[in-house]
Amino acid sequence: MNIIRIFKTVFLIDFLTGLLIAIKESFKPKKTLNYPFEKGKISPRYRGEHALRRYPNGEERCIACKLCEAVCPAQAITIESTAREDGSRKTTRYDIDMLKCIYCGLCEESCPVDAIVQGPNFEFATHTREELYYNKEKLLENGDRWENVLAANIKADNPYR
Amino acid sequence: MEYIVLLFSEIYKILYVLIPVLVSVAMIVWLDRRIWAFVQKRRGPNVVGPFGLFQTLADALKYIFKEIIIPASSNKIIFILAPIVTMTLALIAWAVIPFSEDYVLADINVGILYIFAISSLGVYGIIMGGWASNSKYPFLGSIRSAAQMVSYEVSIGVIIINVLLCVGSLNLSDIVLAQEKIWFVIPLFPMFVIFFISSLAETNRPPFDLPEAEAELVAGYQTEYSGMMYAMFWLGEYANILLMCALGSILFLGGWLAPLDTPLFEMIPPPAWLILKILFLFVLFALIKAIVPRYRYDQLMRLGWKVFLPFSLIWVVLTSGYLLYFDLLPVY
Repeated sequence: MNIIRIFKTVFLIDFLTGLLIAIKESFKPKKTLNYPFEKGKISPRYRGEHALRRYPNGEERCIACKLCEAVCPAQAITIESTAREDGSRKTTRYDIDMLKCIYCGLCEESCPVDAIVQGPNFEFATHTREELYYNKEKLLENGDRWENVLAANIKADNPYR
Repeated sequence: MEYIVLLFSEIYKILYVLIPVLVSVAMIVWLDRRIWAFVQKRRGPNVVGPFGLFQTLADALKYIFKEIIIPASSNKIIFILAPIVTMTLALIAWAVIPFSEDYVLADINVGILYIFAISSLGVYGIIMGGWASNSKYPFLGSIRSAAQMVSYEVSIGVIIINVLLCVGSLNLSDIVLAQEKIWFVIPLFPMFVIFFISSLAETNRPPFDLPEAEAELVAGYQTEYSGMMYAMFWLGEYANILLMCALGSILFLGGWLAPLDTPLFEMIPPPAWLILKILFLFVLFALIKAIVPRYRYDQLMRLGWKVFLPFSLIWVVLTSGYLLYFDLLPVY
């Protein structure tokens, strides 16, 4: 036993075996994604960038119930609202501080009308802090841009709720 | 006038060696990262330029534009001098490396001693960096590095004696020409292995990268460095690795000589053979970096002093005894 051990040490057997394995492994297919050109699959429940959705007729879904503002553990959401002329309650201000947000998904969970949702987008890095203080226009614009994906995601997740 | 012509022709000759070396250092950094990634089934740098070849240039550009932070409590002159010393020493050693029979900057008769002296001086850059930083991690890292490089230089010196016994000359071109019949890697194979492992330790490469052991010492002697000064350390390190690969191929793998004396191999120019051999050794360097865990410090010292040094000394006795007995000692 001991002689085998000495033999292995002197002739670097273990080391050469490792080298062979390394050479063999380096020709196998890669396990990583070629990121900016190729992206991983994202679950319908993925909690990425926020968006405010609209009804198909263009009306904002948000009814300013402020449940999301209340539930937000990071207190990142600020809402102000008034009654509109037709008597419906709408937001005049809907701000999310994306720097405070912890992406827990509670706002989406608490929303009774599926207005505030977290979409699949995670590539919204900016050059300045200020660009990450999202206001209502920005959120609605996000909603318009991602509506197809958001609707599909909500539908896909529906059976599990 | 004559003097100026001479000056410019010398500068031209120096650049003729230096620029290829610097470019190949950049390529070799890329190759190192690529091989490392491939062994771990990652992709490595593959975006900048074809196959990511210009990644190192992009990195260097980034380093140039970064701020150089000099710690308030450091010895500023030595702190700035240290990376300069490291890089200069790594580059001036290339003066004596023969790329082919007539493509060598300084064909001095004690070329191997010159390289040996320069690579020993390389410790100074690291020690100066570690000491001048006036901080504990760089200090510990540089102390380790100094001890390590000094110990492994001893065994490298003894291994070189083996080769010199077979050649009878200290001139690197003569060493290459002496291998026309047979490369020294065949009769002196154990010495080649020990030389290779010692050169890993000499250049602070894994598994002997204790001076910059991230887990314990942050980045060793480089901890306090930033921007271009860090890049110079890093350039010097890779130039040193390339130098050790070149030295290995000159001492053991026949330098610029083709493996067989056939017309097909003769068609490839001699410097290309040297570059191929350097690349082969470097790929081994990079593969080893990917597969081995780091040595413990006492293991490193044990390996250097108690295994390599006695073994190479015994081999010197064997080689000289063999040469004497069969009357093969080279006469100059």
